[in-house]
Amino acid sequence: MILISCPWCGDRDQTEFAYGGDATVQRPAPDDADPTRWFDYVHTRDNPRGSHRELWFHAFGCRQWVEVTRDTATHAVAGAVLAGLRVGEGETP
Amino acid sequence: MTGPFRTPTGGRIDRTRPIAFTFDGRRYTGFQGDTLASALLAAGVKVVGRSFKYHRPRGLVSAGSDEPNALVTVIRDAGRTTPNLVANEVELREGLVAESQNRWPSLAFDVSAVNDLLSPIFVSGFYYKTFMWPKSFWSKVFEPVIRAAAGFGRAPTAADPDGYAQRFVHCDVLVAGGGPAGLAAALAAAESGARVILCDEGPEFGGSLLAEPAATIDSAPAAQWIAATLATLAAHPRVTLLTRTCAFGYYQDNFVALLERVTDHRAAPDPALPRECLWQVRAAQVVIAAGALERPLVFPDNDRPGVMLAGAARAWVNRWGVAAGARAVVYTASDSAYAAAHDLRSAGVEIVRILDLRPDGGPATAVARAAGLTVETGAGIDRVLGSTAVTGVVTARHRADGTTAAGETLACDLVLTSAGWTPSVHLFSQSRGRLRWDAARATFLPGTPHEAARSAGACNGTASLADCLDEGFAAGAAAARDAGHGAVAARRFAATGTAIDIGGFAGEAPHGGNRDRTRAFVDLQHDVTAKDIRLAVREGFRSIEHVKRYTTTGMATDQGKTSNINALAVAAAATGTSLPAVGLTTFRRPYTPVSFGAFAGASRGDLFDPVRRTPAHARATVAGAVFEDVGQWKRALCLPAPGESEGAAVAREVRSVRATVGLFDASTLGKIEVVGPDAATFLDRFYVNALAKLPVGRCRYVVATRDDGFVYDDGIVARLAPDRFHVTTTTGGAARVHALMEDFLQTEWPDLDVWATSITERWAVMAIQGPQARAVLAPLVEGLDLAPEAFPHMSVATCTVAGIPARLFRVSFTGELGFEVNVPADHGAALWDRLAARVAGHGGTLYGTEAMHVLRAEKGYVVVGQDTDGTLTPDDVGLGWAVGRAKADFVGKAGLARPDLAGPGRRQLVGLRVEDPEVVLVEGAQITADPAPPPGTHALGHVTSAYASPNLGRGIALAVVEDGRSRIGTIVHVPMPGGSIAATVVAPVFWDEEGRRLHA
Repeated sequence: MILISCPWCGDRDQTEFAYGGDATVQRPAPDDADPTRWFDYVHTRDNPRGSHRELWFHAFGCRQWVEVTRDTATHAVAGAVLAGLRVGEGETP
Repeated sequence: MTGPFRTPTGGRIDRTRPIAFTFDGRRYTGFQGDTLASALLAAGVKVVGRSFKYHRPRGLVSAGSDEPNALVTVIRDAGRTTPNLVANEVELREGLVAESQNRWPSLAFDVSAVNDLLSPIFVSGFYYKTFMWPKSFWSKVFEPVIRAAAGFGRAPTAADPDGYAQRFVHCDVLVAGGGPAGLAAALAAAESGARVILCDEGPEFGGSLLAEPAATIDSAPAAQWIAATLATLAAHPRVTLLTRTCAFGYYQDNFVALLERVTDHRAAPDPALPRECLWQVRAAQVVIAAGALERPLVFPDNDRPGVMLAGAARAWVNRWGVAAGARAVVYTASDSAYAAAHDLRSAGVEIVRILDLRPDGGPATAVARAAGLTVETGAGIDRVLGSTAVTGVVTARHRADGTTAAGETLACDLVLTSAGWTPSVHLFSQSRGRLRWDAARATFLPGTPHEAARSAGACNGTASLADCLDEGFAAGAAAARDAGHGAVAARRFAATGTAIDIGGFAGEAPHGGNRDRTRAFVDLQHDVTAKDIRLAVREGFRSIEHVKRYTTTGMATDQGKTSNINALAVAAAATGTSLPAVGLTTFRRPYTPVSFGAFAGASRGDLFDPVRRTPAHARATVAGAVFEDVGQWKRALCLPAPGESEGAAVAREVRSVRATVGLFDASTLGKIEVVGPDAATFLDRFYVNALAKLPVGRCRYVVATRDDGFVYDDGIVARLAPDRFHVTTTTGGAARVHALMEDFLQTEWPDLDVWATSITERWAVMAIQGPQARAVLAPLVEGLDLAPEAFPHMSVATCTVAGIPARLFRVSFTGELGFEVNVPADHGAALWDRLAARVAGHGGTLYGTEAMHVLRAEKGYVVVGQDTDGTLTPDDVGLGWAVGRAKADFVGKAGLARPDLAGPGRRQLVGLRVEDPEVVLVEGAQITADPAPPPGTHALGHVTSAYASPNLGRGIALAVVEDGRSRIGTIVHVPMPGGSIAATVVAPVFWDEEGRRLHA
């Protein structure tokens, strides 16, 4: 039962969140004509052991998408930022 | 006296309060403070259960929750029947009714005991090796018979009428275990001002001290210290004391689950109380003070009733005033058993002999001899005599080379064994803490913690009472400090008591029997012997996890609390490695069994899932609606007249909408208001349709995909103002579409200034559909001209309807002239009343979801999730026209550009026409080219929607078929159990193909 520190709401139980997948995947630019980049964006995901940036939707809270840095081996949550503000790591609203 | 084995004095029982109970139909009497186990033992009941596989008679082994044999069913009534309870955890109460398990017809005479004679068949993995032929016999004969013969208690036959509570709490320090270390830890943490929860699985705090009345702490009897400590703790307002509460599961981030047994020990429980309470604790710091478990010695026929743990016998005599027998032989590899020998002798039990497996005994040996006890060192038990009760043992002298010499026969009715103590590292290991191997004492101990947790006392390998108290206090103080509270002055305790022997002997003890034949039990609950484990190793299993699964050792309800270390040691010896090299199997939650009721809590029956009702639900109920569940919603399936069948009602509703008019409650539609300067840009990117130039006052049917290009949802986008859109989704898709909108708004396009707000519950929606729809509605509308040219198909406007402010849509999901009136939810029922009256006045009807489905299928309108399955593109289902391919970007644009989504072989939506008008195809049926397809034939597609169409007078069906549009006019086949049905592929529109009625 992971605790996720929502940038708006503070430490909240993982049951308030819906998992949203890999946050490192970047949607290609709309005019990107390379189908392999689009294919990778839609279909290809790594399954890393260790630190991982991922999206969680605070469905039963502030309804914000947050980007959580979690260690997939230990579940340790290193931090969370609002997904819309993911300019750099460690940024808070 | 409550039985021949009750001591004249002593124990923590209340001898002034006798309690009557029954076990297997026989009446017994015990005392207040007894457990079912102690009361049965006092009454001289030796056999309390039959074993899992061999149905061997079994007696009590342990006095705690680790007991492997004494599983009972406790019965209050048909619904309040609880199987597989450990007799030690069943507190005696007036009128208790308990039954033994796994025996028929009775414990004394059990037919299945013949299994014991057939034991050569029931070796490790017997179910993989025997009963192999004939093949069909396994599922029909062998398995049912084996299942009936094996196993534990039976499930209750009636629903559980009791309530179960769940509590979520936070605390600074959770102390799991209320023995000396746990009490001291709670004391220290409480003194710092921390919020403390102290829990213990037993009915009173004290742990091992309860079984050791002679112990002293700070010069006072231990019982006095416990009472004073509990009084101090109870006076702290921030301390919660929970007895009968087992910390059974340790989860990530110091989330610990506790199960409190609230009413099982009460003769007449208050019906207002829950039976159990599941505490879900989030603790800043945890102190694990779980104690240690005594380990039995493994020797031939060590499962006979009367062979028990020395510490258990000591607890029974000291805590419950029960001498477990009259003549005892003690077989030990540790000093701990000597304390039991002394205490039992004081209670009048004759100690026939102490057999100490250690060549020179231990420090306690000389003390025992000086006290007049006969001790033989370097000796053990070759075999146990007796079947339903111990009648004696044959001793053996151990030689230095590991062989044994026959000894003598000693008559006895009790055998006390102790191989040593295993620290209870279960919770620590569940928390993903790393265990370390203590080579000196040959035991696993808590190593590096993963969570904010400390272990203290015997579970940390600490042996003496004083050390346990000191360590517990220090751990409690440190935990409180780490949780942000002040320092507590260190304290040392002066204490006298018995130190337990951590570690000791593990594995099968030396004996003179044939080690391939004799049965020395390792796991009593699952009937696994040392030779079973060796057989598994011989057959090639090396990993201890595989050995565990193959032999099922440690996999019973007791989770191998008394057996795991012995099993590992036997496996280590058989593989020629050391115990730490073999490693430990995973400690799994829960520590002790937890009822389903506790996990379910209030989430059952009507409360299992929220029920959503539309504002007009009560009106539909009065109108006779038959409801169906659509997600959490209750929707009217159809509204039969009195005496009318559901099928007749649907047919009438469908005809009526086509002929006159129908009223349909569409309030469950998902609704999202999308507002902001960039709202049009956002929707234009979110849906496949071109929406940027949608004029104010107009609607568009829209399709959503994700970036994979597959249909995800559909709905209507209506532009109310340049910066304001009313968007509808499918009933089931409302939440996920809104979440996907937020996903893109927040993660991909945070630069867009848009708000998406769920308004599903804010608006009630009434659909008026049919040729008379305008006539029904127009007189109620103010501020809007409903004439076809003024308010054409796919228009939207705000106006008032029946005096209620409304958003009026001219849309249709039936193919008829149609309107959807949105009014604030509070006015939904009032609007229904007005519209229903007018619809009735025009000879129309109310209709439900089934009629809606027939009507939309007649028109070939798809239902996302029924006609689509997550692998179909908009073009596959005939909605390619909706895709704004010229747009610079939209969700799914790149996905739809993949060549294989546009190539041949795509499954496409078509209609199917069967010659016989009576035939209605079955949804989900496969479609083939071959009328008699052999197994393995590739299916061309499947039927997605099929209904009897009253308007067409025949069955209609929608289907997805490979290259379906190019197959129009050809015959395909739908193989069914009764024979293949031929069908002609047709266009998916069966009614008003030109759409004239829509635009009327």
